[in-house]
Amino acid sequence: MSSQHGHSAAHKSKLHGSLKSYTVGFALSLILTVLSFGCVMSGAVPQHLVVPGIVAFCVIQLLVQLVFFLHMGTAPEQRDNLSIGVFSLLIIAIVVVGSVWVMHNMNLYMMHPAMQSMSSSIG
Amino acid sequence: MTAITANHGALAHGGAHEHEHHDDGAKTLLGFWIYLMSDCLIFSGLFATFAVLGHATAGGPGGKELFDLKYVFGETMLLLISSFTFGLAMLNMHAGKRNKVIAWLFVTFLFGAGFVGMEVYEFHHLITVEHAGPSHSAFLSAYFGLVGTHGLHVTSGLIWLLVMMHMVSKFGLNDAVERRLSCLSLFWHFLDLVWICVFSFVYLMGVL
Repeated sequence: MSSQHGHSAAHKSKLHGSLKSYTVGFALSLILTVLSFGCVMSGAVPQHLVVPGIVAFCVIQLLVQLVFFLHMGTAPEQRDNLSIGVFSLLIIAIVVVGSVWVMHNMNLYMMHPAMQSMSSSIG
Repeated sequence: MTAITANHGALAHGGAHEHEHHDDGAKTLLGFWIYLMSDCLIFSGLFATFAVLGHATAGGPGGKELFDLKYVFGETMLLLISSFTFGLAMLNMHAGKRNKVIAWLFVTFLFGAGFVGMEVYEFHHLITVEHAGPSHSAFLSAYFGLVGTHGLHVTSGLIWLLVMMHMVSKFGLNDAVERRLSCLSLFWHFLDLVWICVFSFVYLMGVL
């Protein structure tokens, strides 16, 4: 650690965050959380926009927290973390999208016509 | 394998004296990050399960009847605030203020414990009052599996917080303690990320 102390203050705060970055991240997270819950609870949002709204606020808040709390970035020291993270994202996408896709199709093709509603029947 | 490791060491430390070099915690943090990503895969499996089984209520109650969004909003706020207070603890750690680190870790612990308490009460309420335990339907199994796994992670984070408070007070802010606090910081913020997905996809979409 002693060798690390030679770094400039600006460089350090970029890697570890500062009071300002934590406060900005916290404020943005609060706003985004209120907006997501507002989407559903206020009832003011048109029905077809509720789901896209929740997904959008979720993704934005994930990015906000990754940048401001977990200090993800493109600095050379963080490249390893970033590439591992992006690779995990790919695997997660394959697992989640793949499962949903396969099961959705299976439900469509294997369900008896009379039970096409497909929900509430696989219990 | 040794060649790869040695080569990596050379890259990470600019090439000079990597064998004599005192470990600055960068490798530990990278390793911990890899663990977190594998934990992410566990959660992605549970989320995929929930996505597939979310509508399979077997004639029992669904999310619309069971979830209380105001209550979930309260849980979310507790976890979000605890993330911020952990950030303050880390800032004080880098500033070398030992007592403030312990104080902020304790505040973080209180908010985290509040979150776990609310979740335990929520589960208790579902099982005893609503009679909607994990064995009732595939939807409820997937729900308890996913949210319960997150809750267990937060609980282990709370135990880790207690251990770190003790270590900071006993050993001060030495290299090992700072390294472990950095890992715990990643872990704690990571749990907040998972919770964002939980409240978005389980609760908010569950009541639609």
